[in-house]
Amino acid sequence: MSAFSWHLGQRVRAIPPSAIRRFFDLLETMPDAISLGIGEPDFVTPWHVRDRGIYSLEKGFTKYTPNAGLSELRGEISAYMRRHYDMAYDPKGEIVVTVGGSEAIDLAMRAVLEPGDEVLIPQPSFVCYGPIATLAGATPVFLETLAENRFRLTAEQLRAAITPKTRLLVLPYPCNPTGGIMERADLEAVADVLRDTDIAVISDEIYAELTYGEAHVSLAQLPGMEERTVVVGGLSKSHAMTGWRMGYACGPREVIAQMIKIHQFAIMSAPTTSQYAAIEALRHGDRDIAAMREEYDERRRFVVDALGRMGLPCFEPQGAFYVFPDIRSTGLTSEDFCEGLLRAQRVAVIPGSAFGASGEGFVRCCYAASMKQLTEAMERLKRFLEGTIQLTIDN
Amino acid sequence: MLELLRLLEKDCTLTRGQMAAMLGRSEAEVSDAIADFEARGVILRYKAVVDWEKTDVEMVTALIDVKVTPQRGEGFDRVAERIYQYDEVESLYLMSGGYDLSVLITGRTMKEVALFVAEKLAPLESVTGTATHFLLKKYKDGGVVFAPVTPQEERILMV
Ligand SMILES: Cc1ncc(COP(=O)(O)O)c(C=O)c1O
Repeated sequence: MSAFSWHLGQRVRAIPPSAIRRFFDLLETMPDAISLGIGEPDFVTPWHVRDRGIYSLEKGFTKYTPNAGLSELRGEISAYMRRHYDMAYDPKGEIVVTVGGSEAIDLAMRAVLEPGDEVLIPQPSFVCYGPIATLAGATPVFLETLAENRFRLTAEQLRAAITPKTRLLVLPYPCNPTGGIMERADLEAVADVLRDTDIAVISDEIYAELTYGEAHVSLAQLPGMEERTVVVGGLSKSHAMTGWRMGYACGPREVIAQMIKIHQFAIMSAPTTSQYAAIEALRHGDRDIAAMREEYDERRRFVVDALGRMGLPCFEPQGAFYVFPDIRSTGLTSEDFCEGLLRAQRVAVIPGSAFGASGEGFVRCCYAASMKQLTEAMERLKRFLEGTIQLTIDN
Repeated sequence: MLELLRLLEKDCTLTRGQMAAMLGRSEAEVSDAIADFEARGVILRYKAVVDWEKTDVEMVTALIDVKVTPQRGEGFDRVAERIYQYDEVESLYLMSGGYDLSVLITGRTMKEVALFVAEKLAPLESVTGTATHFLLKKYKDGGVVFAPVTPQEERILMV
């Protein structure tokens, strides 16, 4: 066999490997740990939704769908956006059904970005934006949001980061991993900065249904913002449907048309069974959303209270299903903290550094877990903290 | 504090501290509300859901449709009272439709249940007919599914 040496693409090679590889490797060896590390609902998809997917299979609906997605589903997405957020998107031309919100982010970036463009990405945030921007040939520029600002993006930060090369802003709210949200006034301040620029926005609103207290506001709801914004949504988190891979993007015709072009050649169409299930979820799932949100809210309050009792400072998260406590008082890096907790107490939480350099000093705990697991995890975390404090005193 | 009732109905082993945190109330408020619910008979009892099939206890359950002649001035209440006093009777409901009372009975053997119907239930003056159905398998009871849950084998480690 002759030796073959791959010439691998510069863009993909430029993507750094996960910053917390060591922690991952360890996690893989401990499947029995209580995991608060996976950011997905612990609920199974509601039965009426699963049943609709099964029924579509019984009927033999196993063919490709139109590239943009079933028109009935686009109609339901449009109705849902209007009902929940008072936003108007035409099912014909302003909506594309994607393989999770993830694909919608990829499509939007590839449709917009050119080599040399800069993409502003607030961090700590979900891990996909930087690599996707890099693959599109653009340069990610990270904006560090701060605990004292409740991890919101401020107008000053945004203004200071804008250069002539800035093409795109990612708005990742409600935020994974911080649980931070942007209220209307915060968005208005951002909109004021954007208005004088030609910067487009990808608003990742995958957690829009999961806010506690204030209802979610989209940047696209503000005057003059809809025409520059692609709203990314999906059913993964709101309807407990991660494995179905159902997402969508809503936005102006011009950009959606280009996104559909990429989707058409790279994906063809989103999974057919999932699209039928999604029709049911959007049409009859509002009560499921409310019931799950109620449960997450109870767990959220429980976890925030428990962390407070342990003396771990924790900003009160107002969205998604994560808490992001500040662990700097332990003197450990977030990766050492997580590794220590996993080894000593068999609880998995994720180092904040996985979500960007500004996540260092924090850890992400996902509270989409049963009360039994959360109670036990909090007990163990408390024991771990007592142990590390003991160690610090001993030294 | 209806949310409190929903929490307790799902899991009455939660501590007051846990419930207080989950609802964003103080422990004293939760304790007071529970005391009030108990005093007013809103909360009647705290129980565990047991799957006796998994033990070696032999047990049969039957659902019995009972037709009754209602009594003047008392309706069905008097006869219902005479039925639910038996320890064997686990549940008793007044029904609309083709029969009047639905009685859920547990016994050690089918014979024991049949004898209860023949000797205790059927002879009651106002009872005009019974139909006994034995339960063969319990799939779900009180909102709890009895079949074991199989978790998805492989999942992502982090998102
Ligand atoms: C902020 C955020 N955006 C997007 C996604 C991707 O979700 P999906 O592709 O399942 O819709 C996730 C998943 O964790 C997320 O946290």
